[in-house]
This record gives sequence, C-alpha cells and structure tokens, in this order.
Amino acid sequence: MADELVNVTIDGMQITVPKGMPIIEAAKQAGVLVPHYCYHPSLPSPAVCRMCLVEVEKAPKLMPACVTAVVEGQVVHVNSASAKQAREGVLELLLINHPLDCPICDQAGECELQNYVFQEGRAGTRYKEYAKRYNPVEDFGPDVLYVPNRCILCTRCVRFMEDVADTPVLNVSERGDRAYIGIAEQQRLDHPWAGNVVDLCPVGSLLSKDFLHKARAWDLDKTASVCPGCTQGCNINLDTRDDVVVRIRPRPNLEVNRHFMCDYGRMNYRWMNRGDRVEAPLVKDGARHVATDWDTALDRLEQAVRGVSGSAVILASARASTESLGLVRRMLDRFQVTAAVQVPLGDEAPLAGIPGLALRRERTPNLAGAELLGYGVHWEAAMREVPSAGLVIVLDADLGPEDEAALAAAPGIVVVLATVMPEARNAELILPVTNMAEENGTYVNRDRRIQRYQQAKAQPGMARPAWWVAGEVLAGPGPDPSAPSTAAEAFALLGERWPLFAGITHDDLGYTGRVLGEVPAGAGGAR
Amino acid sequence: MGYPHPSHPKENVVLSKHFGDPEARSYAGWVKHGGYQALRKAVGMTREAIVEEVKVSGLRGRGGAGFPTGLKWSYMPKQALRPHYLVCNADESEPGTFKDREIMRWTPHALIEGCAIAAYAIGAERCYIYIRGEFTEPWKVMSAAVEEALANGALGDNVFGSGKRIEMMLHRGAGAYICGEETAMMNSIEGRRGNPRIKPPFPAVAGLFGMPTTINNVETLAAVPHILNRGAAWYKSLCLGNPKSTGTKLVSVCGHVQRPGNYEVTMGTPMRDILYDMCGGPPAGRKFKAVIPGGSSVPIMTIQEAEEALFDYEGVVEKGSMLGSAGMIVMDDSTDMVYQIWRLARFYAHESCAQCTQCREGTAWTTKVLERILAGKGKQEDFQLLLDLSKNMTGTTICVLSDSCAAPVVSGIQKFRSEFEAYIAGSREPVLAAV
Repeated sequence: MADELVNVTIDGMQITVPKGMPIIEAAKQAGVLVPHYCYHPSLPSPAVCRMCLVEVEKAPKLMPACVTAVVEGQVVHVNSASAKQAREGVLELLLINHPLDCPICDQAGECELQNYVFQEGRAGTRYKEYAKRYNPVEDFGPDVLYVPNRCILCTRCVRFMEDVADTPVLNVSERGDRAYIGIAEQQRLDHPWAGNVVDLCPVGSLLSKDFLHKARAWDLDKTASVCPGCTQGCNINLDTRDDVVVRIRPRPNLEVNRHFMCDYGRMNYRWMNRGDRVEAPLVKDGARHVATDWDTALDRLEQAVRGVSGSAVILASARASTESLGLVRRMLDRFQVTAAVQVPLGDEAPLAGIPGLALRRERTPNLAGAELLGYGVHWEAAMREVPSAGLVIVLDADLGPEDEAALAAAPGIVVVLATVMPEARNAELILPVTNMAEENGTYVNRDRRIQRYQQAKAQPGMARPAWWVAGEVLAGPGPDPSAPSTAAEAFALLGERWPLFAGITHDDLGYTGRVLGEVPAGAGGAR
Repeated sequence: MGYPHPSHPKENVVLSKHFGDPEARSYAGWVKHGGYQALRKAVGMTREAIVEEVKVSGLRGRGGAGFPTGLKWSYMPKQALRPHYLVCNADESEPGTFKDREIMRWTPHALIEGCAIAAYAIGAERCYIYIRGEFTEPWKVMSAAVEEALANGALGDNVFGSGKRIEMMLHRGAGAYICGEETAMMNSIEGRRGNPRIKPPFPAVAGLFGMPTTINNVETLAAVPHILNRGAAWYKSLCLGNPKSTGTKLVSVCGHVQRPGNYEVTMGTPMRDILYDMCGGPPAGRKFKAVIPGGSSVPIMTIQEAEEALFDYEGVVEKGSMLGSAGMIVMDDSTDMVYQIWRLARFYAHESCAQCTQCREGTAWTTKVLERILAGKGKQEDFQLLLDLSKNMTGTTICVLSDSCAAPVVSGIQKFRSEFEAYIAGSREPVLAAV
C-alpha cells in the first residue's frame, strides 16, 4: 500500500517513510545524499551508473539505492567502507575516458562528476599510457551540442526523450567502451522541450548553444522566479551575471513543472536585459517630454486621477504582476473602468509524459490573476473605449501602430508606465517601471496557483515597480507610511478589495506557491 | 548413434541418443523414436502435476546458473489472468559451448516437445525460441520442424485434440552475446536494444512484454519429455555425485584434446573420465595444464583441480570453479595463459552492453592492461590493478558479464602468476606490439 509506513535506519538516522520508496529518496529525508548519476526523480530508473550502491544489512551484495525499495526494519549504510570503495571504483572508471578539460567546460562548477570526485574520488589515475576515447562534437539540435568525450552514459537524456517527451530520437549507439549517445538518422533534437536534456546531463556532455562559453557557473547568481512565458507558470531560476540575465533553468516544483521547462520559456529572457529603457519620469512639456523627479511626476499623476471625471481605460502588459495590476486597478476605483490585459497567442506544446504540463497557447504568465482582478482579455473592446475615456493608463503594454495612433488621438489624459521608451507622443506622463526580472511580485497560473518571483537584477535609473507608483497615489499626497514599500505590502492591500487574496501573505506562498480558493460568483469583475 | 564420433561407453546418452541420425529430424521419424508421447501425456495432466514431477526429478537449469527448473516454473502465477510466456533460450553464445546447437540440429522435435510441455505447465499459450543469429542450420531445421509439428497437431489451437493452445515463434538473434542473458533476451524479442534489465521485477512477475515469463535453456527443456516418459524417480536416480545434481549433462569439450565434441554424462561423473577416456587425453607428447569447465565465464581450474573434480554443480564448485554451461575448454602445456586470458577479456570488452560503468569501462581497461603485459610493458603494480578492477567488477552490476570477465583474470593470476611474471620481468618474448 502506498500509505503504509515503514521504519528504516539510514547511516544511523531512524526515519519513517512510505513503504516502497527507493532508498535514495528515503536517504534524502534522513539528510543523506547518495551520490548518483543515472537516477533522476522525474525519470524511470535503469540503475546503470552503479554510483548509488549502498550497503544494506542482510543483503548479499551492495544494492543500488535508486531501485531498491525500503522495507520495515531495513538498515542502510551509505557511507560504509564497502560502499565508499565501490563508489571510488566507479568514479575511477568514469574518469578514465573523461577529458580533464574542466577549465573550458561549461558544466564546471555545477558538474556532478567534478563534485563527487572531489568529495570521494581518487586523487590520481592509474589509467596511464593510454589514449582516451575520442569522438567529435555533434550538433544535436537547435540548442543542443553533444560532446561525447565527456559523456558518462547515464542515459538520462535518452530516457527523457523516450519516456517523458515521447519522442525517442536519442539512443545508446555501439557497445562496451565504444558506446556513445546517438541520434536517430535524419532526426534533430528539436522537440519543444528538448532543452531539458542539457539540464539533465550531470556532466558537460550536452551543452546549450545559447549559453555556450557565456559564463562560469560560480559567477552566476540564482534567483527563484516564475517563467513569464505562458499561463503554465513553470518555476524557474533566473541566472544572472553582473546584473545580466544569462540563462533560465527550471526550478523543481512537483505540482507545476516537476523538473522541466520548455525551450520557448528557456530562450525568453533577452528582453529582460534591454538597454533602451526609460530611466526617469517624463512629463509632457509642450511638444516634448522632459525628465523630472518622482515627486513632481506623482503629483501630476494624482491630479489626473483625482481631477478627471468620466470613464477610464487600463491597457496592461501580459507580464504585469498581480500587485501592479491590482493596485493600478484600485487607484482608479472612482472611475467607470474598462481594463484589458494583452494575451499573445502561440501554439500549444505539451510534454507528453507529464500530465498537465504544456507550453500554453496563452503566452502570458498572469492571465488568471488579471481576470481575478477585473481585467478582461478583449483588447479591441478596451481600445474602443479610449476615445470616450477621461483617463487612459498604459501599464507597460506592447502597443502596435494602430494602438499608438488611437492613443495619439485620445481626448483624455494618457499616462504610460513603461519599461522601454514608448511612442506615446501625447502622453501626459511617461513613468519608468521595472520589468519582472527587476522586481518582486506574484503571478497566478492557469490552475490559480499563486507563485512568487523575486528580483534578479537591479532596476535601471529611477524605475520603480508599477505597484509602487499606484500605491503612492492611493496613499495621497506627501509622505505617507501607509504607502506600500515592498511587494509584500502591496500584496496585502489586494485582500482589502478582492477577498480571494485576503489572509494570504507573500511568506505563505514560499517557493512553490499555493492555489487560491474558489472565487465567489461575481468577483471576476467587468470584462 | 553419436556425433561426430560414436558414443563412448562411459557416456549416458539420453538427449544425444539420436545425434547424427537424419531421420530423427522429421516428425514421423521422431514419433517412430517414441517422440511426442510425453506431450500427449502432459496435456492430460494438470499444470501442477507436471511442475511437481519436474520438481521431484531434480532437473536444474542447464544454461549455466543451475536453478531448479520446477521451482522456477512454480513462481508463475497459478491463474493466467494475463498472457504468460515461455522463452526458450537458444542463444548459445558462451564461448566453448555448443550443445544446444546439436540438440536443435539433430533433434528439433525434442526441443519443441519440451517447450510445449513447459508452456502448458506454466500456463503460457505462446513460446518464443530465441535462436542465436549465427545458427543458420539449426534455425532452418527448427523452422521446418515447427511447421511439421503444427501440421501434425502437436502445436496450434488444439494440441493433440486436448483443446490446449500452444503457439511457437522462432526469433533469430543478431549476434550479441549479451542477448543470452534472460532479461536482455526479452528486450531483444520486444525489439529493444538487448540490455539486461534490473531485477526485481523478476521475469515471473513482469517479463516479456511486461507479462509473467519463464526462460529456460534448450537442454533443460529437451530433458523434460524424458522426465515425463520415464518418471521423475528415474531421472533423479541418474546421479553419481551430489544428490542435488541429477540427470545427464551434455558436455561440449574443445581445445587440446584428442577427440573434441559433445559428450553426455551422468551428473557426478569424474572429470578425469571425460578428459582422458571420452576425449582421449591431450594431444601426443603434451600434458594438460588447465581447464575452464563451464564456458568462458567461470574461474579457470588447474589440471590437478580438474582431475579431482566430480562433474556436477557441487563438485566443480568444490574445486573452485562452476559447472556453468558445461562448455569445457581444455588447455595443454603449450598454452600461453596470459594470452588466453587477454583473449577472453577482449571478448567481454567487445560484448559489454555499455550500461553499467564497471563493465563498460572495466572490461576495456582490463583488456588494455593485459595487452600491455603481453607487449612486455607490464609492471608489478599491474597485478594489484587487475585485482582491484576485478573486485570492482564483481557483484556490482546488473548482470554478470563483468563478473565473467573478472573470473578468469582473478583465477588466472592466482593459479598462473609465474606466466604473468615472466612477461613483466622480460624473460618471455612479447607477443603483442606495444600499445
């Protein structure tokens, strides 16, 4: 039975775990990491690397921890002399054909071979006087290079393509020490989720062309974030070097994306690093805009929000945070508001082996959040309201020429909160805001799981999060301690207006988020 | 009869009685020799009764491991809620072994009958016979025999009118040694790469196509009709040594003997009788030096050990080796043991499926070290290195291929160390070019 619990002892630590759990997972719970290569929690276990051999009392020989299930009363020794000796033997063998080119290998610093050899391998080799196995580098696909010389044949990539992506283009070719990872004839590794093989590779054998020789692993800062690519909301790490996002990698969340992310999301980061940013608040001065300070800009915005009558329109970016969408919406509560969020569309690309995981058609991370906060998805309908609106707020939306023309002709006051310089010739105010890599915030994914993302790089110039701008206006003129100074405080203000968010804090969300309760009827707001 | 030479009086011909008799290949000829009586009898018995009979007979797996056959069959689920499969392992690729080949060549119907009985006993309606790819003639003979058996109602939807259904499929291998390992064989039949699978699950739980499966060797299955015909007690009485080893065993003898070939002996026959009486001793003017008794995968025995051993599962283990497949490789005093061990290691390095690290890299490295010794570049440290590698390769992998590579190396160093020393010291002319 899955629910039946058993007591086992691992390296002297007694723990209680579900019956049938592999020893390697039980050991994690006991705080013991069993060194391993072929095992991966999201892939079937073939037990081929033989690195996770552990001593199990009463077993006749060492057992692979990845496929040996725990049973009541089992006593396991991960760090006994015989287990360590076996691991040292495996490491020695893995290294005989492995080039020691760590100084030019992208994996160095996050390489499991490097780590385990350093931890418990032999200091020198006995494999002298022989040439190492050599095979040329192969181009596997749009973003994947295969360096066979570094390969330890753990077959994680083969199993990912076969069992998870259901597109078995990779295989083990040849036998014995001539073996290498082959790709089926006439095939490319161009599956929409193929990039995961690079993450899965425990050594530097499968490399991302996008990241090739870009940075050393130890120079990277990792920030827990959420993919802004679609409504799936895969958990990610933004890897930055010197304030530049250089790579996105999946961050495990068993409820959302397990250990994977799609290639679209993986490559969708260059906009975070754009240099052509609005760096100071700009106010309209005749036919041109001039830079000013935030106090002046906020005064002008407050005048508009409090002075103008009639209806208002909010045109919001697909990537705006829940906090920004919510507070901007609240800022306009005295207006008849038509709010719309941009929803770029693309092709859906599911990952066959993980039910409920796909690159979604709707390429916006916060569609559910926007809808809960009263934003609609009918962009054209919102644009039709512009000519009659007294106030139009553009929240970093990506405007096309038609939209720009409509705004240029708008009779009301136009305020643009922008990351990059908009056209917006007649905007009253252009206010610099941060993009999602430069702020803390939350997104609500398609399953109403609200998840936090964190600031990965510094904001440019005077840019502030959009919620800060709206929060200052909401708090009224002058210094006001009630204005939110953090995303968490901004989030707390949402609950006052939208009960679904009440009683939850940023801290409650942790690193994996939580699912919002069911929405009461009518709370969705006007569409 | 006997093939290629007449039976020796010290042999006990049961399975090999009709070797060399072309008539026995045909259905009619086989029936004339008493064939298919056992199958007719079996389909009138219960499954359990057949399994019990085989258990009592003491028949053990002839492929190498010597696992009790009846016990193996009894692991199959009692109720066939899902399809059960029988796989006959005819991928005889163990170096020095060529007994299954002769069974299939001369007495194909003995195997078909044995398969049919076993399939019925384990609740299987389909049997796969996985024939080694290089066995062209046995495959042709078997194909014709299966056709004939089908035409005569020994196979098919209604076996001898009993209402029992038994299909037989011949599957040809493509030349990989490792496909003789039972789980790799199942992968191969399924159309996958022939890699051994991790156990558990054992085949009786989830085998071929994920269904309960039993895998038996050709010689094991060919013995089953005799047990049903003549009784378990008779089979059990065929025993000259340890009572746990019963019946007769085909021995394939090759190497430095006067008369190489297959011999069928009662379990427990002294090895001395096989070597000197049946095979006629060493070539003129030579002396025996070493014997690998059970195919290349078992430890090497010195001739002294071999002469003292009784030829059964326990007797050979007592003398430091294993009965294995009983493919006996005999070497006389002209043999260069280091060279032979290198040749074996090279075979395993070539055939490693590349899954497990110890096997993939260890077999190749072992080969290279031996190669270096043979090239006159060996060092004293190489002994420790070879022994370390062998230890690392024993009992640590999914299947026993790497153990099989280590066995001759370890036993070779133990028993013939002076020959290694001679190369290392330079007192023996190098036989390989420097690497």
